[in-house]
Amino acid sequence: MTTVWEPVIGIEVHVELSTQSKMFCGCEVTFGGEANTKVCPTCLGLPGALPVANSVAMDWIVRIGLALQCQVSERSVFHRKNYFYADLPKNYQVSQFDLPVCRNGWLDVTVGDETRRIGIERAHMEEDTGKSLHQGNGGRIHTATSTLLDFNRSGVPLVEIVSRPDLRSATEARAYAQDLRNLVAELGVSDARMEAGSIRFDANVSVRPVGTEALGTKVEIKNMNSFRSLERAIASEIDRQVALLEGGQKVRQETRHWDEGAGATHSMRSKEESSDYRYFAEPDLLPLVFAADQVEALRAGLPELPAERRSRLEGLGVAPHTARALAQAEPELRRTFEEAVALGAPPAAAANWVAGELTAATRRLETPAMVDGRSLFRLIEMTEDGRLSSSAAKEVLVEMLRSGDEAEAVATRLDLIQISDTSALEAAVSEVLDSQLEAVERYRSGEQKVLGFLVGLVMKSTGGKADPKLVNQILRQRLG
Amino acid sequence: MADLTIEAAGSALAKGELSATELLESVLTRASLTEADLHSFLTIDHEGAMAAATGSDERLRRGEPRGLLEGIPLAVKDNFCTRHLETTCGSQILAGYLPPYDATAVARLRDAGAVLVGKTNCDEFAMGSSTENSAFGPTRNPWNPERVPGGSSGGSAAAVAVGSVLGAFGSDTGGSIRQPAALCGVVGFKPTYGLISRYGLVAFASSLDQIGPFARTVADAVTLFEAVAGYDPLDATSYQGLVPNVRPTLGEGVSGLRVGIVRELGGEGYDAEVAAATSAMVDKLADEGAKVSEVSLPSFEVALSVYYLIAPAECSANLARFDGVRYGLRVPGETVEEMMARTRAEGFGPEVTRRILLGTYALSAGYYDAFYGKAQKVRSLLIAEMATVFEQADVLVSPTSPTTAFELGAKTQDPLAMYLSDVCTIPANLAGTPAISVPIGLDSGGLPIGFQVMAPALGEKVMFQTAAAVEALADFDARPAMAVSP
Repeated sequence: MTTVWEPVIGIEVHVELSTQSKMFCGCEVTFGGEANTKVCPTCLGLPGALPVANSVAMDWIVRIGLALQCQVSERSVFHRKNYFYADLPKNYQVSQFDLPVCRNGWLDVTVGDETRRIGIERAHMEEDTGKSLHQGNGGRIHTATSTLLDFNRSGVPLVEIVSRPDLRSATEARAYAQDLRNLVAELGVSDARMEAGSIRFDANVSVRPVGTEALGTKVEIKNMNSFRSLERAIASEIDRQVALLEGGQKVRQETRHWDEGAGATHSMRSKEESSDYRYFAEPDLLPLVFAADQVEALRAGLPELPAERRSRLEGLGVAPHTARALAQAEPELRRTFEEAVALGAPPAAAANWVAGELTAATRRLETPAMVDGRSLFRLIEMTEDGRLSSSAAKEVLVEMLRSGDEAEAVATRLDLIQISDTSALEAAVSEVLDSQLEAVERYRSGEQKVLGFLVGLVMKSTGGKADPKLVNQILRQRLG
Repeated sequence: MADLTIEAAGSALAKGELSATELLESVLTRASLTEADLHSFLTIDHEGAMAAATGSDERLRRGEPRGLLEGIPLAVKDNFCTRHLETTCGSQILAGYLPPYDATAVARLRDAGAVLVGKTNCDEFAMGSSTENSAFGPTRNPWNPERVPGGSSGGSAAAVAVGSVLGAFGSDTGGSIRQPAALCGVVGFKPTYGLISRYGLVAFASSLDQIGPFARTVADAVTLFEAVAGYDPLDATSYQGLVPNVRPTLGEGVSGLRVGIVRELGGEGYDAEVAAATSAMVDKLADEGAKVSEVSLPSFEVALSVYYLIAPAECSANLARFDGVRYGLRVPGETVEEMMARTRAEGFGPEVTRRILLGTYALSAGYYDAFYGKAQKVRSLLIAEMATVFEQADVLVSPTSPTTAFELGAKTQDPLAMYLSDVCTIPANLAGTPAISVPIGLDSGGLPIGFQVMAPALGEKVMFQTAAAVEALADFDARPAMAVSP
């Protein structure tokens, strides 16, 4: 009997906060810029310099924690995490250890029709390191001829969010990562751009026979630069581990590097051979205290979160699948939806348009063009009153995005407005019936399919602009 | 002029009887005559000091002094960052290092008009009790150059004792101001933790380090303290409330004050003459109306052990930044790790290396609970014990150091004997409470004896009040022979 393997995956996320200043000094938080220009004695680790905690960053980690349904610790403590690394200026990172700001939360993640609650173990505050730029031989540390250091990123506030090992597939891990990224973006606390490194994901992967409780040996995977690579890397690592185990070998506990080009992970040395970070409470900073009323004020300031939004949308009659997509759609798309509904568009139709055609069209066009709620409302109105066929409306929408014009103007320009004037259609129908006596006879003798032929002729005579539903209706009346 | 107090010099400067430039020249002459024997300075900034003195004179002429220290020549220990002025902490690893900024205390001294003469010698990274751990050679005791000045701020203590400056600053992590003050016959004060910003003080043990002044009189120590004390937004551990206003009660005496003698700070290991001078002073305080009683703080017996776990643990992290990557010494290596290891092996002296190793060990997985964790618990116990005792006593008194100045080399081969030199001063660092050492006499060998007054956190008022009374009762006006003007 062959073993069926179950992957067990946990994700660690590092989110760079987009506060104005760094975590422990007044230096500006910027992405890029000339090397070593956003630095001061504190973030360079000069002798004698001291840290002072950024209170905005502390509020923001609480926002993140609350959005992830975490408990916010009334008292939490910064610790020093000690390890030597050239781009870590003090050779210790100010981080948190046993008393993080946020604990015990969750995020619901849906793949297909299944929604699972993924536990959040903790979210803690720390500072980012500088950047090592290895020169020569492919930019890898072991083959570099020299290394340049840029400390602009040193001390940028970083929130680390650690999930419980609750994820069970690469696809689910990707969905979790994407949902978390969107949540953080929505809170407005980070650029959350994976390609820019402002949100970074590491995965812990192990496998075990289905039905067993004990965890397998876990492997940490790093260097996943897109959601696609995260999914591929995890899938590849699961395959590697299963192959090892089925071949009678063991999985070694290690950190592996995802190589996008090779489509495989390979072993990398850890920062320090031993992982004894000798944590102790940071004596330069006081314990952090969050009073209950402060936490409640931050909770009250949270925007509507995807889970809440989804149930609100379903309450408006939006289909569950559409509600889920829309609840996590880009903010601009959601704004268009809300505006259109506010103007009176039926929520179900508006949601279909936004989550369907509008989302697809904006992606296809690759431009930041957007249709506002009023324009969408008018487009929907034209389809509802029969002046636009659904296929014509899709064409109109794309052109609206391209040109920035209103639905009416676009439809007229493209000559797509349907004739839904009954008297005009009555005339066209009479003309066709008068010239097709034989066909009329056949229909009346029971040959139902002739109706389609007649509809086609009416459409042809109106240059395709007649509302086919209306034509059908009139024909049936006249023939009946 | 080099023998003036800050008070007297300030008054002469204000009246125009003396110029800041003359005063500076006078102390520089004193330094030039004594430095060959003492080595109390690592850097003397002739040019910068002269420019500052000239500026002071201009402002004094215009009648617009910046503050109470206008024109007063001072020095700071070499672990204070001074902008564009070499700051080595007595270590090879920082030889030639020029900080880009002034420590808050230094900036406040400049704002008060002080003339910064130079940087004083110290044990490497403030680790030691004799200033023999300086990588640039020891400082000697002005009362007897065969003896140590104490440490780690030995350079500041010696410079003030001999008149090379009218006042100085040091840092006190386990007694590094008070013990050398005692051994050099000057006043040395460690304030309540947080009253003086640590920003720009190169950290040894962050939860224990505190900046404080050296002066020839208690009143001068108050002047120096007031110039730099107070909240600093750059130091998160800086005290945000008001600095105790100590001056009005300085002369009120000790009548009615409850003075506690600490039972644990005496007995075996204490020089008989130190013990005798201490109890003679206690008798005088009683004669003045102080209510003297003996108190017991059992945790003082283990304070030294607690200190030698906490301080090295913090230092092991604080000193990790000296790695050759960004500043200071760099010894090349094949890899970054090798470069770091070689730089640190060559850059740090044996005592610093010993403490980094101790601290690294104490924080290691598997040992943390037994060492560092337990030390923190005992520290809490000591703080609680002190709080209880301070319900029965307004101040606690003891010798500052069990012995007077010992000979150079006497304890360098025996770290534990050296550590015992701080047994009386360490508790105030663990508790974060204020303490001061006041000279009360000389032993039969002509070496100064210091008397320590401790008070509860933010109890500077009663502490200074007592210290001023001790000063008056001691009437200590002896000067080291080499301080006598030629």
